[in-house]
Amino acid sequence: MESIGVLMACPMNSYLEQQLENRFKLFRFWTVPDKSSFLASHKDSIQAVVGNAFAGADAMLIEALPKLEIVASFSVGLDKIDLAKCKEKGIRVTNTPDVLTEDVADLAIGLMLAVLRKLCESDRFVRSGKWKSGQYVLTTKFTGKRVGIIGLGRIGMAIAKRAEAFSCPISYYSRTEKPEIKYKYYPSVVELAANCDILVVACALTTETHHVINREVIDALGPKGVLINIGRGPHVDEPELVSALVEHRLGGAGLDVFEHEPEVPEELFGLDNVVLLPHVGSGTVETRQAMADLVIGNLEAHFLKKPLLTPVV
Amino acid sequence: MAVAAENQSQPPQNDLPDVLILKPPTAFSIFGDHFFHSPKFQFLKPFESPLPLPQFLLTHAQSVQAILTSASGSVTADTIRLLPRLGLVVTTSQGINHIDLSECRRRGIAVAGAGTIFSTDCADSAVGLLLDVLRKVSAANRYVKQGLWSTQGNYPLGYKLGGKQVGIVGLGSIGTEVAKRLEAFPCSISYNSRSKKPSVPYTFYPNVVELAVNCDALIICCALTDETHHLIGKEVLSALGKDGVIINIARGPIIDEKELVQCLIKREIRGAGLDVFEHEPDVPVELLALDNVVMSPHNAVCTTESLEELRKTVVGNFEAFFSNEPLLTPVPLDDRPHSSVAR
Repeated sequence: MESIGVLMACPMNSYLEQQLENRFKLFRFWTVPDKSSFLASHKDSIQAVVGNAFAGADAMLIEALPKLEIVASFSVGLDKIDLAKCKEKGIRVTNTPDVLTEDVADLAIGLMLAVLRKLCESDRFVRSGKWKSGQYVLTTKFTGKRVGIIGLGRIGMAIAKRAEAFSCPISYYSRTEKPEIKYKYYPSVVELAANCDILVVACALTTETHHVINREVIDALGPKGVLINIGRGPHVDEPELVSALVEHRLGGAGLDVFEHEPEVPEELFGLDNVVLLPHVGSGTVETRQAMADLVIGNLEAHFLKKPLLTPVV
Repeated sequence: MAVAAENQSQPPQNDLPDVLILKPPTAFSIFGDHFFHSPKFQFLKPFESPLPLPQFLLTHAQSVQAILTSASGSVTADTIRLLPRLGLVVTTSQGINHIDLSECRRRGIAVAGAGTIFSTDCADSAVGLLLDVLRKVSAANRYVKQGLWSTQGNYPLGYKLGGKQVGIVGLGSIGTEVAKRLEAFPCSISYNSRSKKPSVPYTFYPNVVELAVNCDALIICCALTDETHHLIGKEVLSALGKDGVIINIARGPIIDEKELVQCLIKREIRGAGLDVFEHEPDVPVELLALDNVVMSPHNAVCTTESLEELRKTVVGNFEAFFSNEPLLTPVPLDDRPHSSVAR
């Protein structure tokens, strides 16, 4: 398979890069000085694209690669791939579901604890030497707080299961109610926000869920409410969120994703009720390896004409 | 029970029983002196008196029936002997290692603590610290807030919690709450305790070294006693190994701090989450430079909700005592080394 051209959209994992290099003819898109002339000269060599949460395969890229057969994403989210275009052209698409579910759910809980119990700020307090002059402020109990989950898919369910171990009552919003699920369903995100203490975004990013967290939802969540985003940055109207936090209209936030990563609104840097992470939801040694193996496994299956492991299209 | 604000500025009345506060509890500095107020007793505050403590105690020896103390206020045999009418010691902590329990038992003095009101907050802290160390939450938050994500690129990978083997040292009230939470991640739970608990589904190891050999993370949840002082030393830390993490939300002296610091600097263990230290509020300066350590200022129980529960418990214990009713959260006094678990 060494003659098969694979275009890697951006740096994402050195193990994956090495594996792709060993098995295919790898093109690193980010090292190319002039992307359009590169595409023009290599359009017939590239049969696969490997993308992730930052860069995938939009309509323009797909049109530029007439020999493209498969897009394998190093992520579970598909918002950077033009799925309709892929369907239209018979291009296969795969992602990395399940292997990262636990890590993302773990991080959601980690963010909830970090925000409510001010873990990062407590650590900063100790490191600054201020403990010698006095106690730190009281924080807020996590056990028993009402957790509202937007999107009860694999990740949403895994978050619910963990939060239940802390005796948190669980409620959710989903496109349709799930009658077999024992958690309380709310037919709108605003109602969910009004009835929980911690609101978690765990759904896919689509045109419907773009800016699902808007001013109205933030107001409903309120000055004691906490927002946790482990979905995608564009789920949240970021300027609205920033002003709500700066003006104390929202109680706190734990954010792993942002609208224009790696840019993060600087107004959030000085807030002690906000925890900011650099998109590390699936960022563990163990999971990134499993994700990489899934990408390689899908590509090999495709080119060996075997069933794909985790096809989306 | 209403807080009678007008009583605060009046001098102690002669008909109310006296409760001696050895050292002002943290709650006073946050909420004020009236936090544990009740119309059924009054506080004597030696720290507001110009008299040195021994003189103060001699002056009030005949009237002190009870003591209110906190984790940092030792109740020694010497103090107890100065107070012939002492019948109750109430501490605002779940831990009781700072009270001379043998002397209390000898003299028929009852002891009441925080019971299990802090267990869920402690357990939440333990899990929060473990997630923080493994997933580098505090370190990555620092990275982003210093503006480094856009200039220096992606943050190094952390380590997965799910599927890890977690060893709990001391399966009392707090240890049990920790186990219940971590099972959902899902982690396999094993433990060491003074004795095996037949009704729990977790694997028992008869000593902490064996527990450490067989787990990826050790969570210290036991009481501080003569037996558990420096329980975690070089041998246990070696057994835990270079991929191991240790979390301490119990008492600083359970861990040999100098050894721990060396292991962390030399990366002989992966990391540590510490709410307690041997010489609080002093923290080993070497830890301040390490990214694989997360620290908190002994505040694992300091939530507004827990403080309110504490207020009700402390006041409730004194009121019950002075009405000859059963204490809310009595500490059993017997010959064995004591744990902080209310049975």
